[in-house]
Amino acid sequence: MRLSKRAKALLGVAVALGLAFIYIPLLVIAVQAFNASKILKWPPPGFTFEWFEKAFESESAREALLTSIEAGLIATAIAIVLGTLISLALARRHFFGREAISFLVIIPIALPGIVTGVALSNTFTQVLGISLTLMTVIIGHATFCIVVVYNNVVARLRRTSGSFEEASADLGADTWQTFRYVTFPSMRTALAAGALLAFALSFDEIIVTTFTIGAGEETLPIWIFRNLFRPNQLPIVDAVAVILILLSIIPVYIAHRLSSDEGALGGRGGAGGTTAATPAAPATVAEAEATAAH
Amino acid sequence: MRRDGHSARTAWLIASGLVAFMLVLAGCGGGDDSSGTTGGEGGEASGELQKLGKGEGEVNLISWAGYVEEEWVKPFEAESGCKVNNKVAGTSDEMVQLMETGQYDGVSASGNASARLWAAGEVDPVNTDLVPNYKTVFPDLKDQVYNTFEGVPYGIPHGRGANLLMWNSDKVKPGPKSWNVTLDPKVAAKFKGHISQYDDPMSIAEGALYLMDHEPELGIENPYELNEEQFDAAVELMKEQKANVGEYWASAEEQINGYANGSNQVGTTWQYQYFLLKGEGEPVAASPASQGFLPEEGATGWSDTWMISSKAKHPNCMYMWMNYIISPKANAEVAEYFGEAPAQEKACEETKNPNFCEEYHAEDPEFWKRVWYWRTPLAECEEGGPEECMDYNDWVRAWTEIKG
Amino acid sequence: MGRRLAGLFYSRPKLQLGALLSAPMAWLVILYLGSLAILLITAFWTVDPLSGNVIKEFSLDNFEELVNVPVYRDIVWRTVRTAILVTITDAVIAFPIAFFMAKVASRRTKAILVVAVLMPLWSSYLVKVLAWREMITEHGIINWALEPLGLHGPGEGMVAVWLVFTYLWLPFMILPIFAGLERIPNSLISASEDLGASPFTTFRRVILPLAFPAVVAGSIFTFSLTLGDYIAPALVSNDQFIGTSIRASITNNQPFAAAFALVPIVVVIAYLGVARRLGAFEHV
Repeated sequence: MRLSKRAKALLGVAVALGLAFIYIPLLVIAVQAFNASKILKWPPPGFTFEWFEKAFESESAREALLTSIEAGLIATAIAIVLGTLISLALARRHFFGREAISFLVIIPIALPGIVTGVALSNTFTQVLGISLTLMTVIIGHATFCIVVVYNNVVARLRRTSGSFEEASADLGADTWQTFRYVTFPSMRTALAAGALLAFALSFDEIIVTTFTIGAGEETLPIWIFRNLFRPNQLPIVDAVAVILILLSIIPVYIAHRLSSDEGALGGRGGAGGTTAATPAAPATVAEAEATAAH
Repeated sequence: MRRDGHSARTAWLIASGLVAFMLVLAGCGGGDDSSGTTGGEGGEASGELQKLGKGEGEVNLISWAGYVEEEWVKPFEAESGCKVNNKVAGTSDEMVQLMETGQYDGVSASGNASARLWAAGEVDPVNTDLVPNYKTVFPDLKDQVYNTFEGVPYGIPHGRGANLLMWNSDKVKPGPKSWNVTLDPKVAAKFKGHISQYDDPMSIAEGALYLMDHEPELGIENPYELNEEQFDAAVELMKEQKANVGEYWASAEEQINGYANGSNQVGTTWQYQYFLLKGEGEPVAASPASQGFLPEEGATGWSDTWMISSKAKHPNCMYMWMNYIISPKANAEVAEYFGEAPAQEKACEETKNPNFCEEYHAEDPEFWKRVWYWRTPLAECEEGGPEECMDYNDWVRAWTEIKG
Repeated sequence: MGRRLAGLFYSRPKLQLGALLSAPMAWLVILYLGSLAILLITAFWTVDPLSGNVIKEFSLDNFEELVNVPVYRDIVWRTVRTAILVTITDAVIAFPIAFFMAKVASRRTKAILVVAVLMPLWSSYLVKVLAWREMITEHGIINWALEPLGLHGPGEGMVAVWLVFTYLWLPFMILPIFAGLERIPNSLISASEDLGASPFTTFRRVILPLAFPAVVAGSIFTFSLTLGDYIAPALVSNDQFIGTSIRASITNNQPFAAAFALVPIVVVIAYLGVARRLGAFEHV
């Protein structure tokens, strides 16, 4: 598109301001993590590595981290299975109730997290009579992670033609073989991208977790929330936050790579590729992270 | 398009069918009181532990900030073999809700939680024979309306205290002697945006207490028993306060942060925050010991009780905890750490400060008449009081309206 | 065996559908929708003030209270107003960035920008709110930066909530707009220019209408997330929002909280319906 020099300059300024808006708060956290003073005064009086040391030493933080990882992995696994099943059902066929189902899948993410959390918590403790444990947390997470996997996979399946599967069947493959040799490879990277997003969602989730977690367990967001107000702990939380931000470069990079190598069936590289990790609206990455906020 | 319309219409049909079904279910829910009866009754006495057995290895507690700290928890864990898992709650409502999950063994309940827990059948009576240290608890803490129901003891007293008026001594001079600094609209306006008020319907009682002194024509005798006129006046006062409030705090740490970074300058607090801020070298002051730590009008306060859950999974450890926390040494430690009057008589001999019990009026029942412990407001008022009182639902609704 | 199954599924496609959908539907419908229904049923019940026990008799008291007591209307309007404001602000900030990424940036710059926009998405929600909390305090960076200008930062309150929400959901607006803009073939834009339209006209009459569904898609998140959130408003303000009120009443009056929860649920479902009409749910 041909833009005048002035328009380009204005655009550049808008972009720069936008990026500044995005990154300044994160930098504030980073500075705070090195702040020698515990109280949130700016500018900081001095710098120290003390909080990072304490963060690494903190047993409760470590346990919370491990719990979050465990919950994320299992919830993602469940979401992968269920999301794939729904995608396979909805991608290829038009049937009565199809729209209803795709709407239903979105609901757990779209509704306020507190509603999902309390509803599930009630069912667990009062209707089913079971205690709240990490498993109940995982069930909650899996529920809203399904949509993330579904969106990614169904978008990919829709882009690839069903004729390959028909051809495979014509050549004598049974259902499982067709899935394994034809369908699965074409959706593999979309599945991986969806799984990555699902994991991120589960890892960052606080609200549903608050209501479905038992007395003795803590995920990392719960740990952060608990320590948010304690003056002695706050800088350590900042240090943990910085570590998390740095660590998140890894999955972002992976997601980016995944989207750039689209499968053999139907990718457009580059731009189209990037959008595979962030497929068609309702923007799944957005949804994914949206649920994190739930 | 036609297919879309078809399934959309069907979806609407199904949805409305579901809604109708739900309404029917909601109506049919009546008559089935699986979760206890309405007001007045509690759980059956059969829940009371008869014999103390071996510890179960852990105990899950809900407590106020500062009640369950390493200093006295570690010796308990070593002695009893019961690992302590503690959840700090910011309000009584939170405590009641946590107890309802059935995941905890016990709670340090204030008066505005204890009656509700009993009525909901969430707590069992306490067999005081199994708690030897109970014998030497101050007599004016036993058999009180907030820990004894239908003549049966339901908890072990932990300690009691008054809500403090705390202020930033650099910014608020001279030190206030009355609650008017936060409640009189003209005086409070000087600190607009810097007043820190407890985010809980119990704060309405602070307004009522103020009016007891400053508008005696209302005839308020008990800040928790208010007829409509008295209640409306108290609510009006708190609404006027809202304009000046900087923060409604719901957790101790939140308030500490507010004082430390300068946003809070004066307001209601607990001893926990006061001593913590002092310890950090912050310029805070509260009503002095010479006044009994109370402003002129008196104060609301609390007398807390350890109660055991009717669904407790570790009852033996819970009993061991209850006995431990009122043992002389532990109760002295807790009382001095937090800054409240201990429940245990013998604790007065164990305190680091030999005058502690005197300063905190532990042995002075007269003093406590000026402190109005938190209670759940009920529609039935006590004899001699107003005809019809506002109940807790009214207080909760009013508090939402006050905050706006 | 596998082949017989394949044959069976081929002749009875509905069976294959059923087999695929049974597990997920059981999960979503029975567990999730069922739980939701149970919760929402309690909206028609009430609570005993002393014991907190739920009185399971049909009653419209909760809804009467929501309608009659003015503070709830204030709370709902405050939340909706904030959600709309946040959506508009996010769209305004996101569009230039997304446009730059999609249509102006070189391939390499685009890749860098995508990563730059995605990275904060992966950092914890709580941490981001925490960052803002630290920035708006009395001695925080905002006041420090504004002091030389003689200004004072917003401190806690509605402005802070608006800023925080705008910040939190910005990536959710950037990405769909970016994806949407990318899908606009450059040939369309060239054609518009060849026909003599100024860049502004091209933008207004070609790009904007085509990108609009994407903006709506992004708005789904900015709107619904703001509507239901309770943590951010509680941490940077004292004001009551739908989320904070539900959170507050869920502890001692769940039926009332359930009734109140129906408000954002209805609003979100309605919004989803409108968004779908506007093409945000592209079914390729």
